[in-house]
Amino acid sequence: MNATLPMPSLRRSAAALAAFALSAGALAADPVKVGLALDISGPFATGGAEARDGINLAVKLLGNKLGGQPAEFLQADTAGSPDQAKQVVDRFIQRDKIDFFTGPTPSNVALAVGPTLFAAKVPFITSNPGPSQYAGAQCNPYFFGSAYQNDTWDEAAGKYATEKGFKSAVLIAPNYPAGRDHLTGFKRRFTGNVAGEIYSKVGQLDYAAELAQMRAAKPEAVFFFLPGAMGINFIKQFVASGLSKDITLVTTPASADEDTIAAVGEPMLGLFSTSQWSHDLPNAANEKFVAEFRRAYKRYPTFYAAQAYDVIMALDAAVRDVGGKVQDKPAVLKALKAARFDSVRGPFKYGNNNFPVQDYYLRVIGKNGEGKITNRTLSTPLKAYRDAYFEQCPLKS
Amino acid sequence: MTQDKHASAAARWTPWLALALLGAFPLLAPALGLDFYVGFVRRALIFALAAAGLNFILGFGGMAALGHAGFIGVGAYALVALVNAGVDSAWILWPAAVALAAGVAALIGLVALRTRGVYFIMITLAFAQMLYFIAVSLRVYGGDDGYNLPARPTLGLGLDLAHEPTLYWVVLALFAGVMALLNRATLSRFGHALTGIRDNETRMQAMGYPVFRLRLAAFAIAGAIAGLAGALLVTNNSFVSPAVMHWTQSATLIVMVVIGGVGRRWGGPVGAGVWILLEEFTKQYTDYWHLPLGVLLLLIVFLAPRGLVAVLQRKPRAVIAASPAGATE
Amino acid sequence: MTATLLIEQLLNGLGYGLMLFLLAAGLTLVFGIMDVMNLAHGSLFMGGAYVAAEVHTHNGSFVAAVGVAIAVVVMVALLLEVFLVRRLYGRDHLSQVLATFGLILIADDLVKMIWGPSPVMASAPAALAGPVELLSGLFYPAYRIVLLAAGVAVALGLYLLVNRTRIGMVVRAGASNRAMAEFMGVRVGRVFSLVFLLGAALAALAGALMGPITAVQIGMGEDILIPSLVVLVIGGIGSIRGALVAALLVGLVDTIGRAFVPMALATALPPTVVSDLAPAIAGLATYALMAGVLVFKPAGLFPARG
Repeated sequence: MNATLPMPSLRRSAAALAAFALSAGALAADPVKVGLALDISGPFATGGAEARDGINLAVKLLGNKLGGQPAEFLQADTAGSPDQAKQVVDRFIQRDKIDFFTGPTPSNVALAVGPTLFAAKVPFITSNPGPSQYAGAQCNPYFFGSAYQNDTWDEAAGKYATEKGFKSAVLIAPNYPAGRDHLTGFKRRFTGNVAGEIYSKVGQLDYAAELAQMRAAKPEAVFFFLPGAMGINFIKQFVASGLSKDITLVTTPASADEDTIAAVGEPMLGLFSTSQWSHDLPNAANEKFVAEFRRAYKRYPTFYAAQAYDVIMALDAAVRDVGGKVQDKPAVLKALKAARFDSVRGPFKYGNNNFPVQDYYLRVIGKNGEGKITNRTLSTPLKAYRDAYFEQCPLKS
Repeated sequence: MTQDKHASAAARWTPWLALALLGAFPLLAPALGLDFYVGFVRRALIFALAAAGLNFILGFGGMAALGHAGFIGVGAYALVALVNAGVDSAWILWPAAVALAAGVAALIGLVALRTRGVYFIMITLAFAQMLYFIAVSLRVYGGDDGYNLPARPTLGLGLDLAHEPTLYWVVLALFAGVMALLNRATLSRFGHALTGIRDNETRMQAMGYPVFRLRLAAFAIAGAIAGLAGALLVTNNSFVSPAVMHWTQSATLIVMVVIGGVGRRWGGPVGAGVWILLEEFTKQYTDYWHLPLGVLLLLIVFLAPRGLVAVLQRKPRAVIAASPAGATE
Repeated sequence: MTATLLIEQLLNGLGYGLMLFLLAAGLTLVFGIMDVMNLAHGSLFMGGAYVAAEVHTHNGSFVAAVGVAIAVVVMVALLLEVFLVRRLYGRDHLSQVLATFGLILIADDLVKMIWGPSPVMASAPAALAGPVELLSGLFYPAYRIVLLAAGVAVALGLYLLVNRTRIGMVVRAGASNRAMAEFMGVRVGRVFSLVFLLGAALAALAGALMGPITAVQIGMGEDILIPSLVVLVIGGIGSIRGALVAALLVGLVDTIGRAFVPMALATALPPTVVSDLAPAIAGLATYALMAGVLVFKPAGLFPARG
């Protein structure tokens, strides 16, 4: 078969056609690139898996587009390690030239990769961590703490614990930025006596030593922030050691959501937690999200999935607002801050420091109508609440 | 005879050719769309540096040290400590890292070099783990979460290290310089004494050589080179965490040296290059990139125990015992 | 500091030490008799944990899970011994370290392929999920008591095996002087295989038992390998008695570091500083212990070789 076209005129038209197609291709916009650094392995793997499911659902519902533009979602595993995350982000920025970034579950990773992203002018919209550093003095126009500021869950919990009348509490969290933030938040609102403040190791699963210390301190309540497998093991060991007879457990959604319930089960009935989202919040966006999530994955979503879903929806709205021109960074930042998307939390707005101004609800774990163990929203301890750091941030609303 | 002459001529100008190609890489990279890989090759050069230092004591000195990544960490954190205190000139930071790493290596060597064999392996491992725990406990330098360098060190002389190719050429120059020094050292009396100690310690002692001091000097030199690699690594990444000192990193360094060829002049750099390239390459195609690397290790141990450099040079030699430690240049 | 707290922490240290002993016993036998440094021993531990977790989730019987885990890992160990480890006898230690490090990499990915990258939940049997009142006021988790009992039972069993049986005599002979044992007609090759399989069985048992109280995840073998090697060196290569004493010592030091040092520091320092220093002190203490032992007894506490 002859490789060249037989007639000169056809060849010329083919060349012209090819040239036209090439130039048309050059005119068409490059896809919007979103870098997703997820925790697929490592100590925060459950959070990472949930975030990935939430993101994949949002991407599917949006038809792989953001703001009507074709979008590419690049995923990489950080294994909860700031070191590995830094390498992933370097690659995302230098080789893949991402336009937006999200994904990490823990705060230490967020703090490690933040500076690189801000210097490269890539907006970092968090799907979970809200370190106090980025809410206060080190706030940055390229960082959006769209989920919650770390301390706020615990401020709500501390308020609840004070109102419930607990006279003493022992606190425990892993020794990393989020752990320290969470216990600081609780202490800010808890007026009882802090009988002990224990920092365990990130990823630690054997709490025998810490439980012995708690037994010796004899508090009325234990407040703990131990996300993922850490909390699952802690709750099981707490009950196994007999401490649950005399001590009430109060915690954050990180240990009181569907992932923990699936692993622990009945021992969690009656556990209180405070959060900015719950799957039974009565608004249209949330009802759609929960229904679609249950259809796709056959289980209730956790807050990790809800927050990640919200990030993609926020990106969708922002890209639409700038008409696909994601290279115009000031416009992109303005669009992101305006947050014109339907959040699963209901009406959503940012404060001056790019962290949300939102309600925080008290939930309890019980059995729902179908006999399934899950959360039930009870009340709203904190309404339209900011965080404790916004005044230190020089950014304007 | 002619084959030998050709072989040694090739061995002579191959390194210069490699240097020229490496030097030209940042100029060619943008045309090939490989800008990101300038940083990648730079990182490989830094590990090649550390591996070369390890090869000096492992291959030429016969000291199987499983804690070498600890000295990389010492160099890295020395730089971090000084940066945290306000220093930003590379002229202070890098030499300080080298000096501290050499000092720590000398101190550790004083204790560790009194042991042999598996005990030496375990003690060097133990000391590296101790350094790791110290780094984890230093909250002021980030502890487990690591430390972000606010900016790259300054070099003056009109060279801006924040410019990627500039840092690349500086690293390449340092690498070439250290390799030249190391090659000079292995051919010197010091180097020959070292290989003599590796092959028959008792005889060297009987001949009056200060065996312990020679070993200690080599150990400290290797530590110093690792410290330089650590300082360059932090400069390259603008970030460091104690993970850089974990024992699996030390094991990986040994792997690099053995893959390249223990006791071969270019064993360290070749091994580091091969390992890092393979790692990056396999990561692109699959999540399960540990497996091919593990298989490679097994193949090297059973089929090419003297490393890839030996395979490449293919000198017609009598079959030597399957022990990598028996290799010489 | 109350008596119950002290006893509780000591029991924790004892439990951890006994689990380390299960691993170190296998390591010390393999290294002492076969002179093979097997870094992949930790991967056998990991295999035991994963298989036990899988079987327990599907089957519900913890005893069956442990049994299946041991059986599977021993079979894998048999294949490894025949095709790989046998070729490492007589090679220098560096080659052995490298080959077994390669095995670690392969094992990590195989586990990832079969079970995925996320950690796997391993739960203790429901019957043992609650506490037992040992003394008035002293509650201790039932599962950990079972762990202690298992560790003690294995220690006794190994003692009887090594000191009171013919096989044990052959093993001891091989450990103290292999060449002489060979000259005396011992079927060295057969003994080697047996020792390797026994070590693998112990590692699998440790993995299956520790699964519920630790993270069953990729890389768990590497995490437990270093403490096991430290126990090996402190105890003396080839000595089971040394492994036991060293394991208990390391368990004790670890507990003191993890539990008592933070409490002592907490009286003077703020909690975040305490939690930064405490793991460092605990870790340093173990290595300082090893360095100290090696200074006075360079071949370990109870070296098997004369």
